[in-house]
Amino acid sequence: MTTLDPHAGNAPSDAKAPGWQRYVPGHHWRTADDEFDACKQGFWLFLATEVLLFAGLFVAYAIFRMKYPTAFANGSHLLDWRWGGLNTIVLLISSFTVAMSIRCAQLNQQIWLRINLIITIICAFCFFGIKFTFEYIPKWHDGKRLGRFFDYPFATDPHEPIWWSVYYCATGIHALHVLIGAGLLGWCLFRAWRFKAYGPTHYTMLENAGLYWHLVDLIWIFLFPLLYLIH
Amino acid sequence: MSAIDHHASGAHDAHGHDPHGGSYLTSRGSMFADIKNWATTVDHKKIGAMYLVAVLFMFFLGGVAALALRLELLEPVRPLEAAVEVERGGKTYVYGYEGQLFKEMVPSEDGETFVQSAAKGNVLYNRLFTLHGAIMVFMVIVPGVPASLGNFFLPLMLGAKDVAFPRLNLLSWYIYVTGSIFAVAVILAGGVETGWTFYTPYSTTTDADHWRTTLMVASAFVLGFSSILTGLNFVVTTHKLRAPGMGWFDMPLFVWGIYATSIIQVLATPVIGITLLLLIFERLFHIGIFDPAMGGDPVLFQHFFWFYSHPVVYVMILPGMAIISELIAVHSRKNIFGYKAIAFASLGIAAVSFIVWGHHMFASMGEFGSTIFSALTFLVAIPTAVKIFNWIATLYKASIAINTPMLYTLGFLFLFTIGGLTGLPLGALATDLHLHDSYFVVAHFHYVMMGGTIIALVGGLHHWWPKMFGKMYNEKAGMVGWAFVFVGFNVTFFTQFFLGTRGMPRRYASYLDEFQFLHQLSTLGSWLLLIGFLVHLFNFIHSLAAGPKAPPNPWGALTLEWETESPPIEHNFHHEPLVTHGPYDFETVVPPHCDPADFPVHATPSGGHH
Repeated sequence: MTTLDPHAGNAPSDAKAPGWQRYVPGHHWRTADDEFDACKQGFWLFLATEVLLFAGLFVAYAIFRMKYPTAFANGSHLLDWRWGGLNTIVLLISSFTVAMSIRCAQLNQQIWLRINLIITIICAFCFFGIKFTFEYIPKWHDGKRLGRFFDYPFATDPHEPIWWSVYYCATGIHALHVLIGAGLLGWCLFRAWRFKAYGPTHYTMLENAGLYWHLVDLIWIFLFPLLYLIH
Repeated sequence: MSAIDHHASGAHDAHGHDPHGGSYLTSRGSMFADIKNWATTVDHKKIGAMYLVAVLFMFFLGGVAALALRLELLEPVRPLEAAVEVERGGKTYVYGYEGQLFKEMVPSEDGETFVQSAAKGNVLYNRLFTLHGAIMVFMVIVPGVPASLGNFFLPLMLGAKDVAFPRLNLLSWYIYVTGSIFAVAVILAGGVETGWTFYTPYSTTTDADHWRTTLMVASAFVLGFSSILTGLNFVVTTHKLRAPGMGWFDMPLFVWGIYATSIIQVLATPVIGITLLLLIFERLFHIGIFDPAMGGDPVLFQHFFWFYSHPVVYVMILPGMAIISELIAVHSRKNIFGYKAIAFASLGIAAVSFIVWGHHMFASMGEFGSTIFSALTFLVAIPTAVKIFNWIATLYKASIAINTPMLYTLGFLFLFTIGGLTGLPLGALATDLHLHDSYFVVAHFHYVMMGGTIIALVGGLHHWWPKMFGKMYNEKAGMVGWAFVFVGFNVTFFTQFFLGTRGMPRRYASYLDEFQFLHQLSTLGSWLLLIGFLVHLFNFIHSLAAGPKAPPNPWGALTLEWETESPPIEHNFHHEPLVTHGPYDFETVVPPHCDPADFPVHATPSGGHH
C-alpha cells in the first residue's frame, strides 16, 4: 500500500484483495465509519475556510464595484462571456463526472470509476487551457493587466487597473484551486488504478477530493456572473 | 473502567513497539533513532511537547526584543537646547536634536566621524517593536496554549488515543516551524518596521527594494495554515473522539475553551490569509486595492485585518480562560460554579468576537458606524464577566491550596479583570478619543494578553508539568518565580496606564522629560519579569534533571489525563476509559490513584467508577 495508509500493512486479509478491502482505519478510531465521518466533517470545515478565503475577494469586488461602477462596467465589457460560459459548462460536466466516480466507487465499478475520473481531469485541463489561451494571454498582450502592469490604451476610466486587479486575483486564485483539485483527483486516479483503493466500504479520499472539486466549481459559478455577465 | 481494549487486537505490534510498555518519552535506543522518531511522530503528546519548545523559544526571542525596547525607553532623546556631551571610552559624543533628526555624533579624538540620525534610531526602534509584536502575536500567543497544552491534553481529557488527524497535526507543526524560520530570517536580515498589524499604505511602500517585509507577511500567511489545521483537528476531535460515557456537558471546561478557540481559528484565519496574500500582491505587483493613489482603500486593509485579528484576540484569551477553569476547580477542590454558564460563555465570546472588529477604526467610519461597533464591543463584557464571577464563586468556601498553579490562577483573576475593565473606556467612543493610540492601549492589551494568556499558560504549565514530563517541580521556587512575575508585571504595565492617560503615545522611541520617571519604573518592572521567568526556567530544568518522580495524580484531579501514568504511556490509556462522573465532582468521587483518606468524599459515588 501507499504511505497514505500506514495501518493497512496490519490488515490480515491477503495481499491480492483490492485496496479498499484491505483498508484498516487509523489506530485511534473505534470503527471505520467513525473515521469516515470525522474525515468528512474535517473536510467540510476546510471547505468553510476556502469559502472565507474567497469571501475576501468577493468583498473587494463588491466595494470597488460600488466605488467605481464605470470602471467595472468597462472592464466587464472587455470579457467575452462565451469563453466564461464555455468554462462554466466544462466545470459543470466535470462536477457531474466526479460525483459519478464516487457513485462508481460505492458500486465497485472500478472501470467506470477510472473513466469518470479521467474525464474530470481532462475537463480541469480544458478549463485551464481555455482560460489561458483565450483569456489571460490575449488580454495580457492587449495591456489589460493588473495594477502597475496595466497598459491598455483605450481605457476611459482611471480606475480600470483596479478592475483588472480584482479580475486577475479572483480568477487566478480560482485557477490555482483548479490545478490543486486536478492534482488531488490525479492522485485518486493513480491509487484507483494501481491499488483499486476505492470501493463500497472505503472511499474517503475520493469523496473529499470530489467535495473539493464541487467547491471549485461552486466558486466559479459565482465568479462567472459577477465578472462576465453583470455590467 | 470498561473492558474495551483496542491494543489487545494486536494491531499495533506491527509498529515495532510494545503498546503497554514505556512512556511516550522512552528512548528508542540511539540518539539517531530518537531524533527520527520525534521528527516523524504522529503522537499528539510529542507534537504538543515539540510545540511547547518551539513556542517557548519564540517567547524568548520576543521577550528579548521587549527588554531591548524597555531599555531604550530608559532615557528620552533630549532636544538641542539640552544637548549633552558624553565622554565614553576616550571618545566624545554630542547628542543633539533638530526637529525630527538627531544632528550628529561629533568627531572623536582620532578624527573619525560618527553620523547618526535619529530617524535611523527610530527605524531600529520600530523594527524592535514590530518583531516583538509579530513574534508574540503570531508565534507565541495564538498557537501558544492550544498547540502545546491543547495538543497534549485535549485527546487525554477526552479519553482518546490521539487527535482526529495525527498526520495533519505533525504537518501543522512543520508549517509553524517554517513560518517561524521565515520570521527569524527577517530578524537576521535587519527586521521590518511596519508594526505587527502591517497597516497599509506604509507596509506596501516601506523598504520597497527589499524582501524583508514581504517575507514577514509571508511568514504570518504560512503560520495561518498551521493555525487552521490545528483548529480543524481539535473541532473534529472534540466531536468524534470523546470516550464512551462522555457527553458534551461531561467534557472538562479546558476542552470547551479549546473547542471555542478552534472554531474561531477555522473561521477567522482564512480572512487574514487572503488579506496578507493581497498585501503581498500589492508589494510585488502593485495591484492598487489598498493603494489610495490608484483608487484603492487602505482602510479596507484594516477592516480585513481586524475581521481576523479581533476574533483572534479571543483565540489568545479563550485558552487562557480554559486553563483557569481547570486550575481553579482542582486546586480549590470544589465543583466549578456554573459549568454550563462557563461553557456557553466560551461559545458566546467566540460568536461576539466576529462582530466587533470595527472598534479598531472608530476614527474612519463616522458616527453611526462607530456607535454601533461601540455598543457591540460592550457585549463582549457580558460572557467575560459571567466567567469571572463563576470563578470567584467557585473559590467561595473552597479548600484553596496555595501553590504555584493556584497563585497563577489568582494572579490571572486580578490581572485579567484589570485588563477587561480597562477595555471598557477604550470601547466607549468619548474616552477612546482621548486614549486611543496611547500607552493606555498598550497597558490594556498587555494586561489581557500577557496578564491573561501568558500568566494562564505559565500556571497551566506548572499544573500539567508533572503529567507531561513525569517530574515534580520545586514548589517554593515556583512561588518565588510567581512573585517576581506578578510584581514585575504590575510594575511594568500599571505605570503605562498613567503614561497613557497623561498623553504618552504608543510606538515612540522618545518622549518628553515629564514621562521619564514612569518609563524608568516600567523598565525596572521588565527586569523583574525577566528574573521571574528565569527562576521558572531554572526550576523546570532542575525538575527535568533532578526533580522527584511525579505520581500519576499529584493534585487529586478528576479529569481523564490523571488516570494514566505520568508521563503518559505511548497510547495514552491501557484501556479505553469509561466516563462515569463529571470532571469536577470532588464532593462525591475519590480521584484516581489517590488515597480516600486524603480525599474524603461527602457522599458515595453513584457509578462505582473505581
